[in-house]
Amino acid sequence: MKKKKSGAVWMILPLYIFTIIFVAGPLLYMVALSFAQPKAGHGVEWIFTLENYKKILDPVYMQTFTGSFKLALTSTLFICLIGYPFGYFMAKLSDKWKKRAMIFLMLPFWVNSLIRLYGWMIILQTKGLLNHALKSLGLIDKPLRILYSYPAIVIGMTYVLLPFMILSVYSSAEKLDWSLVEAARDLGAKPFKAFWTVSFKLTLPGLLSGVILTFVPSMGLFFIADILGGNKIVLVGSLIQEQMTRGSNWPFAAALAVVLMILTTLMIMLYRKITNAKELEGVG
Amino acid sequence: MADTCLELKNIRKSFSKDETVLKEISLSIGKGEFITLLGSSGCGKTTTLRIIAGLEMPDSGQVFLDGRDVTALPPEARDVNTVFQNYALFPHMTVADNIGYGLKLRKVPKAEIKKRVSQMLELVQLPGYEKRKPSELSGGQRQRVAIARSLINNPKVLLLDEPLGALDLQLRRIMQLELKKLQKKLGITFIYITHDQEEAINMSDRIAVMNHGTFEQIGSPDEIYNHPKTSYVATFVGNANILKGKAEELEGDKVRVSLAGGSVLAAADGNTPAKAAPVTLAVRSENIVLDESCQRGLLAEVVEKSFAGGLLRVVLKLTDGTEVIASRYGIDASVQPGQNVTCFFEPENAVLVDVEKESGAES
Repeated sequence: MKKKKSGAVWMILPLYIFTIIFVAGPLLYMVALSFAQPKAGHGVEWIFTLENYKKILDPVYMQTFTGSFKLALTSTLFICLIGYPFGYFMAKLSDKWKKRAMIFLMLPFWVNSLIRLYGWMIILQTKGLLNHALKSLGLIDKPLRILYSYPAIVIGMTYVLLPFMILSVYSSAEKLDWSLVEAARDLGAKPFKAFWTVSFKLTLPGLLSGVILTFVPSMGLFFIADILGGNKIVLVGSLIQEQMTRGSNWPFAAALAVVLMILTTLMIMLYRKITNAKELEGVG
Repeated sequence: MADTCLELKNIRKSFSKDETVLKEISLSIGKGEFITLLGSSGCGKTTTLRIIAGLEMPDSGQVFLDGRDVTALPPEARDVNTVFQNYALFPHMTVADNIGYGLKLRKVPKAEIKKRVSQMLELVQLPGYEKRKPSELSGGQRQRVAIARSLINNPKVLLLDEPLGALDLQLRRIMQLELKKLQKKLGITFIYITHDQEEAINMSDRIAVMNHGTFEQIGSPDEIYNHPKTSYVATFVGNANILKGKAEELEGDKVRVSLAGGSVLAAADGNTPAKAAPVTLAVRSENIVLDESCQRGLLAEVVEKSFAGGLLRVVLKLTDGTEVIASRYGIDASVQPGQNVTCFFEPENAVLVDVEKESGAES
């Protein structure tokens, strides 16, 4: 027995080595970097300092954090509002239509997301498709300035991250036993009440994991803000990227990244606590 | 029959163009009656139940509950509750929340709900199980919770869709007795679905045998078992042998029928088949007696002999190839496969079936 066990350890050793080299190593390097000092010009001086973290508390950078947080929250809200019903009703389709819906959902992934975002630029610009359509419908007189504005970023975020929410909700609604809804109706619940007390409660884990899957990346997806927001709105992601490249301040970029990582880890812990506390068994 | 509680009038239902699940069925069920819809899978019994519950809409026809037309009402507006085949307990709620679900919807005060939930748990013999989750219960316990959850709403009719299907044989027997007792005690109309003829006979006041979307026969267990009207009922409920022959002449209250390998007497039961008219006899296997001396009855050849739990089962072949199964308790028969014997049965054990069908075919 014992021999067998040690054999198993040898089998997974490559996995450990891989993880240490490619995951733990870089992470530790980044954490170490966040306590180092930037060298004037370029590079790093390995002298311990807390300066990088103190710098984050500067109102200018704090604002970047709160701004990113708000944007992530807004985008996630829209993603929930569109993605939940989409995923839920998709699970109710016949098998044939489920397959088709899945293909439609996956199709955009075949095209690079940057190219898709440039597509949105064409739609949203002042003389673009959206304004043209709204004008010919007589809804507006003057074209709206959507591109390079806050709404444009929200639209972009929603667009890019929506599939993750849909798939997450779908996979939990797919497992839902619809006879439970019938039982609720049979016991006297009106359709919405049956949905709220049974279907919604049982698909909540899917919704929550969808929130994690969309909220966490939307804190850091800088290229959407860059392309559709025209660099006017600085997010944590863009700030890190800027500090890494133009700012040449790697230690500060690392400190920002560490804080972002801690925030998202806290989010995930919170999610796990909520789902565990509710003891949503029978699902997932 | 006492007051009518539930009435189905000419219910028709099809899910696709080529397949009609229910063909204009009508049924009237009395107050406090225990009626079983018996049939093999796909005969339309579950669809019938779902139409009564309001989970399915009939294409045509009406459902009356206490004289009121409820055909168009959604399930939540009907005084009917269902015990689902898979129990359909809410996995995210405790036993108490499951059972109290219906009362909570009706905005019954919390203290009252608590009291009635514990009364219900008492009734289904699960006292003190309030805090458990469905996942912590055994199959039989879940079954009881599902029944309690339906009964707490005081429905006029309780629908049970193969409620014991997932339980093992011993537990089934216990639950059969308990359900029957519960029904007697509460006086609620039960509509019970099963494909198990033994279960149907044990529990029901009346049995409606379904086949291909119609009722083959509706009657008491005794009528269904001893006086089947059609060959389907005779084979499905009584595992009877079906013998096709021609009527010869009436002899008092009996009729002589000529079959392959001889002629037999059968109880006429009020039927007067014309001479040479085709008739079908149903004879249960335990009523067929073998005569090794080949003196009496129909000539046959023994094909197979087998034992199953103290029951001897002999497969015979009549001269025209019709298979006949004879069975009886005890394993003392000395017949061997390949041996020629005769088989006979008492006239009162031979029932004329499919009379309507055959007279209809003639006219």
